[in-house]
Amino acid sequence: MTHAIEVRNVYREFQQRSGMGARRPVRAVDGVTFSLPAGDVLGVVGESGCGKSTLARLIMGLLPPTSGEVLVDGRSLTGMDRRERARLIQPVFQDPYSSLNPRQRIRDIVGLPLASQGDLRKAQQADRVMEMLARVGISSEMAERMPGQLSGGQRQRVAIARALVLHPRIVVCDEPTSALDVSVQAQILNLLAELRRELGLTYLFISHNLAVVEHVATEVAVMYLGRIVEQAPVQDLFRTPTHPYTQALLASVLTPDPALGIPDVGLGDAYPDPTNIPPGCRFHPRCPSALAICATTMPDNIRKDGRLVECLLANPT
Amino acid sequence: MRPLVPDPVLSVANLRVSFGQTEAVRGMSLAVARGETHCMVGESGCGKSVSALSVMNLLPRGINRTADHIRFQGQDLLGMSERQMARLRGDKIAMIFQEPMTSLNPAYTIGSQMSEVFERHRRAARSQAMDRAAELLARVGITAPGMRLGQYPHQLSGGLRQRVMIAMALMCDPELLIADEPTTALDVTVQAQILRLLQKLQQELGLALLLITHDLGVVARMAQRLSVMYAGEVVETGTVAEVFAAPTHPYTRGLLDCIPVPGKTQTGEPLGNIPGVVPRIPPGFVGCGFRDRCTLATPECAESVPLRDAGGDHCYLCRLPPDWKRATAA
Repeated sequence: MTHAIEVRNVYREFQQRSGMGARRPVRAVDGVTFSLPAGDVLGVVGESGCGKSTLARLIMGLLPPTSGEVLVDGRSLTGMDRRERARLIQPVFQDPYSSLNPRQRIRDIVGLPLASQGDLRKAQQADRVMEMLARVGISSEMAERMPGQLSGGQRQRVAIARALVLHPRIVVCDEPTSALDVSVQAQILNLLAELRRELGLTYLFISHNLAVVEHVATEVAVMYLGRIVEQAPVQDLFRTPTHPYTQALLASVLTPDPALGIPDVGLGDAYPDPTNIPPGCRFHPRCPSALAICATTMPDNIRKDGRLVECLLANPT
Repeated sequence: MRPLVPDPVLSVANLRVSFGQTEAVRGMSLAVARGETHCMVGESGCGKSVSALSVMNLLPRGINRTADHIRFQGQDLLGMSERQMARLRGDKIAMIFQEPMTSLNPAYTIGSQMSEVFERHRRAARSQAMDRAAELLARVGITAPGMRLGQYPHQLSGGLRQRVMIAMALMCDPELLIADEPTTALDVTVQAQILRLLQKLQQELGLALLLITHDLGVVARMAQRLSVMYAGEVVETGTVAEVFAAPTHPYTRGLLDCIPVPGKTQTGEPLGNIPGVVPRIPPGFVGCGFRDRCTLATPECAESVPLRDAGGDHCYLCRLPPDWKRATAA
């Protein structure tokens, strides 16, 4: 079976310019491997700076990897034509205020992917645009407006319509609801779930909100400083989080339960710095259960019973 | 709504704020007691931040603020001159904002920003103010405070900056701390650490904490009392135990149904949702501000909204009786 997304040992390094013209390498994605079957939803969680968004850009082909390979629908992204790539995989970004051109009408924004493919006549394009807009709940009257005249939730619907108008197989959602109010977030999450069922889509769903990921994902990958430190089917991960970092992330979720207080997540103050990745296990400076060996030995990347845990304590040697 | 707290540190009655054709706050009342955390919760555009800024009299010029009273420790803030207000701000009333990067001045060191407040309000010498700053940085859990005092905001992580903001707010031993979405810009793990810190300090110092948030999870775990705001009004208020046990206003219920809760909401099941968006309310509006999004609205909701008692300190603004949920289920 071909996977919708296959990421093979991908690295991505950036050069960060610090003061005095010195350059420091930042390893944003530091050896990531996973594959995502078609029709699944992979939720990617982690703190800011863990490499989630860089991973998304690598998968969309917006950034070339420093090394490693990304296959989308069984084909390598390197050398793939932009138009062909656009028919396969499409993004929905966090901020619908900056991802839509403020000077274009909604129907033109959604029509642009079709126009750039150039294989449909104008009238057919217009039909496809209206059909897609109607599907996401944007009226034909709103299609004539500018993005500034729409609310945040409506704009995110437009961004979804634009992503789906070419009928891609895969959609990369990078924090699609973080800029929205909770009531609107629920509307957008429900819409994304319906569309996936109807159109058989595969999602890569990036979010810092674990409760949202638990709701939408079938599989969850937890990233820490550029690596996936735990990956498992959603129910397994939430029921038995195994990596201490996953445990801390789950403990941090504040469910609306007044009987519970503010959790002690047990992480120290050592803030993760991608320009200075610790030796051994990269999580050990913050890990509440770290042993001496964790500071020197890099844990294995073991996949067992459908679960990956990169921790010396979980995989004793 | 009626004041529910005896001898509050802060008491606001019937606050109204309007700019142009929008009524941002429409008769908001609230009281915060000493040693108590009161959460103001609601979506963006509900008037939470505007209400907080009104208390501090920090609204931009030309914005009309009226109220029956805004009382802080018995003094009415409404009639105070700008000089008198300036004397209170940062001293007895302190405020923390959402984004610590924009509320700290990038051109000054942490130490000089922190000591300024103390020098100004206490007429203290720089060295004394620096000692106080170092003491508070240690108190908010910052290691090596002496080193941090000489650093600039960009040298600190988001979590550390927010700790600095908290320490700065505590420089002059405030009685009332207003925190406007203090953890929204932070990672979840850091959010938990900062909230724990705020809670600990609030208990140790006996602060009255007015915490503004959009996150019902934060409310449930931090507050003793909450006010749910919608379209410029407090639509439901009470103790956290009361309101979470029996959320009664359709907006409060809708908000609670919208949030996915691990282990409770089912993957694949749609979340509850509130159709539409927060409306802009023009002056002279009558009736319930939520009626256009409410599935239970009737024509009478356009005429008047009663304030109903749900027992104890719990009350809400809606025509529905307290047990409407049971009545509609039956």
